[in-house]
This record gives sequence, structure tokens and C-alpha cells, in this order.
Amino acid sequence: MNSPSVPADSPAPDAWEELVTAALLGTDRRTPPGGAPGRQAPVTLLDTAAVATVRRRAGLKPARAAQRPQPAPEDPRPVLPPAAARRLAMLLADRPGAGGGRRGTAPDLMELLPQWLATANDRGFAPPPETLPALLDAARGRTDLRPAALTFAGPRAVWLARLNPDWRFALRATPGGGAALPQLDDPAEVRQLWQEGLFAERVGLLSAIRAREPAAARELLTTTWPTERAEDRLMFLDSLRTGLGPQDEPFLEQALADRSRNVRATAAELLSALPGSALAARMAIRAGACVALDHTRDAPTISVEAPHECDAAMERDGVVAKAPAGRGERSWWFGQLVEAAPLGTWSGRLGGRTPGEIVALPVTDDWQGELHAAWCRAAVRQRDGAWARALLGSPSAPEAGGPGAVSLAERAKLLGKLGSAERAEWVAGFIATHGLSEAFQLLGVCAVPWSGPLGRAVVDALNIARDAGSYPWSFSGVMGLAERCLDPSEASRLDGLLAIPDEPEDASPGAGGYWAEAFQRLVTTLRLRAAMIEELDTVSPSGGAPSGGV
Amino acid sequence: MTQQGVRWTAEQVLALAPDAASRKAGSKLGAAGPWSEAGSSDEGTVWGLCKGSGSKPYQTVIDIADAAGPAYKCSCPSRKFPCKHALGLLLLWADGEGAVPPAQAPDWAEQWIKGRRQRAEEKRTAGASGSSSASGDPEAARRRAERRAARVTAGATELEQRLADLLRGGLAGAEQAGYGMWEETAARMVDAQAPGLAARVRELGAIPASGPGWPVRLLEECALLHLLDQGWLRREGLPDALSDTVRSRVGLPASADGPPVRDRWLVLAQYDTADVKLTTRRIWLYGADSGRTALLLSYGAAGRAPELALPVGLVLEAEVAAFPGAGQLRASLGEQFAPPAPTSIRPPGVTTAEATARYGQALRDDPWLDSVPVTLDRVVPTPDGDSWQLADADADTALPLTPAARARPGLWRLVSLSGGGPVKVFGECGHRGFTPLTAWPQGEGEAVRLC
Repeated sequence: MNSPSVPADSPAPDAWEELVTAALLGTDRRTPPGGAPGRQAPVTLLDTAAVATVRRRAGLKPARAAQRPQPAPEDPRPVLPPAAARRLAMLLADRPGAGGGRRGTAPDLMELLPQWLATANDRGFAPPPETLPALLDAARGRTDLRPAALTFAGPRAVWLARLNPDWRFALRATPGGGAALPQLDDPAEVRQLWQEGLFAERVGLLSAIRAREPAAARELLTTTWPTERAEDRLMFLDSLRTGLGPQDEPFLEQALADRSRNVRATAAELLSALPGSALAARMAIRAGACVALDHTRDAPTISVEAPHECDAAMERDGVVAKAPAGRGERSWWFGQLVEAAPLGTWSGRLGGRTPGEIVALPVTDDWQGELHAAWCRAAVRQRDGAWARALLGSPSAPEAGGPGAVSLAERAKLLGKLGSAERAEWVAGFIATHGLSEAFQLLGVCAVPWSGPLGRAVVDALNIARDAGSYPWSFSGVMGLAERCLDPSEASRLDGLLAIPDEPEDASPGAGGYWAEAFQRLVTTLRLRAAMIEELDTVSPSGGAPSGGV
Repeated sequence: MTQQGVRWTAEQVLALAPDAASRKAGSKLGAAGPWSEAGSSDEGTVWGLCKGSGSKPYQTVIDIADAAGPAYKCSCPSRKFPCKHALGLLLLWADGEGAVPPAQAPDWAEQWIKGRRQRAEEKRTAGASGSSSASGDPEAARRRAERRAARVTAGATELEQRLADLLRGGLAGAEQAGYGMWEETAARMVDAQAPGLAARVRELGAIPASGPGWPVRLLEECALLHLLDQGWLRREGLPDALSDTVRSRVGLPASADGPPVRDRWLVLAQYDTADVKLTTRRIWLYGADSGRTALLLSYGAAGRAPELALPVGLVLEAEVAAFPGAGQLRASLGEQFAPPAPTSIRPPGVTTAEATARYGQALRDDPWLDSVPVTLDRVVPTPDGDSWQLADADADTALPLTPAARARPGLWRLVSLSGGGPVKVFGECGHRGFTPLTAWPQGEGEAVRLC
């Protein structure tokens, strides 16, 4: 409405209504109140309306206050130092625009936001409240930002999200953020939400409890398990991955008989990740029957006899009988058996050898690829560092660079099972031997910032690529990673690369200039990251206190 | 004043950008990478060399201490104003002393600054010695003014006729007649050299499509336009101040001839509105010592930012001169004695009831006022159905937000700043509701822009 407030004491609201009616219909059809019909009628109407309008406006009074919102919960964290707050505003202002184009030497600020958030969270700062809308908008557009952004945003963001449907994701993502469920200690409340809540709320509740007390979550799930829908059972079962332990075995064993095939498969997968489970033992027997050491040859060799059938018991234990198109079913079954068998059993089966020795053994009849790939999957699933190390092999081995038995994606997963220092060292060795063309995925699993040797390996490889005369955008992925992951203290080592080099004859035209530009961007970004972190480490003299309202 | 240590915030710098593309381009240049030999001087000069696509770097200089707001000079060919290089350099400068250290200005920067200061000085002395030279023959000026008044009178008379015709036939017909009828009338008013009337007529054209309740709004605006016509036609009988108000509402030029008031002026808010031809920038100032509120208006061609830009939340020691007219807050910025500096000054606030009363009183001087600037103290942004209101923390009253304010992202910054608690809010309070422009948190903290 035009006048949302109430006019003071309008002497005759009816008179105004009549004026509006007369104006709407026209004075030829309706005589306005207090005026004579005819030539002067419109002017009289306008005169009266002008007085009435000014009178109505001058008499406006405030409206009645609506129910005020609940105050946002206090955020006990200290507010950001001023320099860091300005930096945040700048990072958030640099929203990715539609027009991409060449990047030039300027850093990609939006890409630095994840790191900034991680550091700010690590230091335990609270955001200035007025930045929350921009922060939530950024997190809305980029799901990968959400966990860190919401942690940083803190309780006020959840409060805010309840008022704006655009930010509902913040309620979903925060356990207990949506409804009134924060009291995980209250069994009655938990039970009620579990029985009456929406699916997303229930998943949130289950994950929250599972993270605190795994057994309690399983028991809660057991109470309603038979009545859940198949898709929901699958999701709930999936949330048991967190804190998976031997106590879960009876429940999972029971789920092996589930009506839904997907639920059965997930239960079997979870059980096989428990090396002590009965399912793992059954799989060990089945897999062991297929693999044997053949001493009749010159050197000990692994021989493989794939299963001839997939019986009901195997299917019950999660083996999928039907092979995907293009795969032989026997090798399909074999792969699943080895994948689910505990890796610890192989040493005994194969003459007490270590994982490294086992992987080095030759395998008969082209079974090596199938067998090693299955071991890789098992090492990832069972989080076995020793096997992961053995399967990765030496990074400088010639076959490590090619597609080989172990795909890059699997290698990246295997690397994830190693310690961060070992991981970085392996990838550094890999890059030193094989260059950058296959390294992107592997670099992605390395801890940030990159360790010294890894960073140097990457920079050296980039330098080699430049000297080889290719364009920098062939390496834009690695370059982007380097901007975000290289230790900022490496910046000074890069100074030598900023100049435009003389162009060798066989080089791509202009490449030198583009490389200098790319390295400039790299250095600029590194300096910016160093500044960012420094700003978050300075404790401001006045801003050190918590920001609580006085 | 020694204010060289005072650097602006990134947001204040970005507020100078003429458009979103410049903002983005400027932010990208706000990093040390492409810059060399950058520095800033005590006199408020910032300079630097920016490597562009060519072999020679661009030379960028900014005078932030200029009396009329920051001035820029860049050797790049961009016609944006300020260009992305100037914005980037200011961002870098705002960032701290690391990239833009205090230094002695190089020759090329110094020359430009000197030239500028010299020209400004000449202008001032010339202005003081005699303004008659600018306007020429006073007799001719009087005749020109009379001719124009006659044309405006003809326009106002024609407009009265059109309004009468409209009311005779009924406003219901206006809905079908559509926008074209109003455009034509507005063009007639432009011909009559009455841009104020033309603007009001154009706004009338938008009302029939503005949703439920439009007949009431259309009648109100027609009646006020009629009032303005009548005010013009009978201006001889009006008190001087009201007559000046009518003249300025009709759109006749005026000059800020009020006595200059020197004060510490707090920049309360700055925002732009744009139509097809013109970008209008409004800057609200609050005089810390005089307690006055003043409005600076500046204009830019469509798509370009007006030149004057002042960072919200800072205070500047300057002279401000008022335009004539009863209840008119418009003023022009005179000499600035120091660059804008951070401050803890906040304008005093009132309750929602006092705010509406203030609007009512202001209508006595200027019945065409849509809103008055008001600072509300201790109000809580409160959701009210689909809408929002600012509710007094200590009373059961509230001001609804204007529909336009509800759609702005600033609303959410305000809500977030408040967190359900009371805040201080500066904005415009009128018959459509309240438009929040700037807010301050309850405890310590800087002003937060909402527009």
C-alpha cells in the first residue's frame, strides 16, 4: 500500500474515499463531494485532493510493531582484525563474473576465499556481522565453500538463514540448525525429532549423534529400521561410515539380508572395511581359493583361478552377479572378492611376504591388472598405508608415468592413505621424473601449503615446461593449484622467472611473455596469501576482545 | 591537519567506481603485481605506474585531498572516470603502507598536482573578484529569466488543463491510455523549460502499472502536481521562502548562495539513482557542530558516475552553502580544509514517532517532500509478513520499510548487523515508509553502508 502507516485522526476517511471514487470515474460521471458539477468540478476536486493528501501525509503515525525476532545467539569468538575484515570484504566483492577472458597478472581472489576461511577458522575469529549476507551468498553459489563458510559465519548466520529462504542451505548444513533440536542430551527430544522430523533433519540428527556417540546413533537407527523406505535406509546406512567399528557388525550383518539391493551392497562394503568381521573372513576364504603361489616356474609366480560361479552366499555377501557390459563375469566376480578380502590375509597365503614383495611378484596369464586394481580398492577401503605404499611403488619407476595397472584416480586415492609428508615426497618424485602433464590429480591430494621439496619440484617442472616452449595455459590447472597451494615463502625464489626470456627458435610465438605473466600472477598471489595470513595473525590492540554486545 | 596516515577502506574506494565492470577491473588491479614506483605524500597525493598491455606503463595520480572530492589523472585511454587504474591504485593504497609507502612525489605527479592547485587558486580569486563577468549583462539576464518564466507559465497552464481533462474523464481511463500520453505531456513540459514538472509527469505515467492501490497514488500525485502548478501561477502571493521552494520544484536553476557553514561534516550516506539520461548522486552530510543535515547533489551522464564521491562514515572539515527555498536541505560543498578522516561521531537519533512528526513538520515548508532525512535510535529490524519494519526497541511503534528498500541487499546487512538487537539507522522517512541508508552497531563499530 501507498501509505503503510495509519493517518492520525482522519476526520472523514469516507470523504477521501469519495474523492478517489470521483477521480476514478471522472467528474462528468460523479460529482465530487463538496463541489458543483460542471466546468470547475475537476479543479475543485484537485484542490480538495491536494489539501487531503498533504493532510494525510502530515498526519502519518508509526505503525504498530510486529513481533520482534529472537535475538541472535552471542558469538564468543573475537572479531576479525580490521585489516583482515577489509580483506574479507575484497575477497567477497570479487564475485566471478560472466566474462572470463585472459586472466593477466591479477590474482583470482575468489579462489583464495577457501584458504582465507580455513585460516580464519583456525585462528577462531568471528566475522563482522554485516559481511554475513555476502558470505552466505558466496556459499550459496559454491557448495564446496559451505562447510568452512558456515563454520566461520557462526551462529548469527544460522539465525539469519531462518529469516531468508535463499540461505536455507545453512539450516540443512548445520546439524540442529533447522528445527529446535540442539539438545542431543535429551533422549525424549531426540526420539521425537527422529520419529517426526523431515528427512534432512533426521539425517542431520543421525550424523550429529554418530559423530559424538557411534553406538547411540546405531541404536536410534535400529528403532525404526524396518519401517524406513529403501532410499532412506540407504542414506542412513551411509551415515554409519563415520566411526565405523566392530560393534556395528551385527547390525550390518542383518542388513545383508535387506530387501533393497543397494542397501545390501552398502552393508557388505561397510563390513568388508572391518577386517575382523565374519563377512571379511568369508571373503578371505573365497579370494584365497582363487589365488595361489606357483612354485613350478623358475621364479615364484602368482597364479589366479577366477571363480566359476557366483553362488547365493556370495551374492548375499554383496557380490554383484551381473557383470557390466564388456567385462567377463569371472574376472568381475574375482575383482569383487579380492577387493572385499582383508589385505592382512595375503601375507600368510603367499609365503609370509611383505606387501611390497607380494606386489613385486609376477602374475600369470595377464591377471596382474585385475589383481592389483582389486588390491588398490581394498587398500583404499581398508585404509591400509603399507599396502598403499607398496601398490604405489616408486614414483620414479617408468611405468608410474603411464596409465599402467593403477589408474591416476586410484593412485590419488592410495596417496590419501599415506601420511602427508610421505605423500608430498612421492608426488615430488613423480613430478621430477614424469613432469606435470599427469600430476594435477595427484597434487590435489597433497596437504596445503605444499612441502618444500614438492613446491620446488613443481616450480622446476614449470620452468622446464617453459623452456620447452609450450604455452602456459597447457598447465593452467597446475598453475592455479600452485597459486593456491605453494608455500608463500617460496615467492622470493620465483623472482628469476618473472622476466620475459629470449625466445628460442622452436618456441611457440609469444609464449615467453605469457609465461612471465603467469609467473607474475603466481608471485602476486603468493604475496597476497602471505599478507592474508599475516593479517589474521596480528592481534589488534582494541579488537582483541570479544564482540559481544554491551 | 596531518591526515596522511588515514587510508580509506576498500569499500570506500570501490564506492567511487562508475559501474560494476570498473569495480571488478579495479579490484583486480588492487594488488601489487602490475604496480611499480607507487607512493603517497603527506599532501594527499597517491601515484604509481601500472603495467598495461603496452610497453610503457600508465602513469596514475590521484589527489585525495582536493576540495571537491578526489581527482584522478591517468595516462590510459579509458573514458571511465575514475579508470580502473585509479581504482586499483587507491585499493592498493587503502591496503596499507606495504605497497604504497609514504614518499616524495615524482616529477610527473608533482607537476599535475601543482597545475591543479594553481588552477583552483586562480578560480577562487577570480570568483572572489567579481562574479558579474561570468553572467554578463544583468539586464540581458533579467530578460532571459522573464522569457523563461513566461514559458514555464504557459507550460503550467497547459498542464492544469490536461489534469482537469484527466479528472473530468476519470483516472480509470489513464490505465488504458498507457505511458504514451504521459511521455508526450512530459515532453511538452521539457519544451516549456520546466524540468521539475516534466519529471513529475513522467512519474505519473508509471503509477497505473505500480500495483494495487494505484488510483489513490495517482490522485495524490495529480493533486500535488496541481498544487505545484498553482503555486507557480500564484507565486507572487507566496512568502519568499516558499516561492523559492516552488521555483526549485518546478526546475528553475538556483545557486547555493546561502552563507557557507564551516563544520565537521560527517558523510552519512551516498547513493546513485539513474534514469535513461542521467545518473543522480545524493550525498547526505551531518554537521557535527551545527547539527544540520545537508544534501549534496551531483550528476553524471547516463552510465557514468558523477564526479563527486565522499566515503561514508568519514568526517571532513569543510564549508557547505545552502540552496534557497523553505525546507530545502540541498547544499553545495565549498572548500575542504582536510581530507576525509575516520571518526567516532554519530548523528543523534530519534524514535519512530519523532521521525514521522519530523516529516509532518517538514511538509509545512515543502508540501511536495517525499521524505526527510532522519536518524533512528535503538530500532530493531523486524519481519512483518512479507515486509520489514524498524521497530522501536523501547516502544510498541515501528516504521515500515519502503518497497524499494525491501528488495535491496542492504536490508540483509542491516538485519545481520542488528542480530535482533537495537541499532542506529540513518535513512529517509516519508509517506512510503522508511529507506535505511546507513547503520551503526549498538556497541563500538564503523558505519555500515546499506545502499
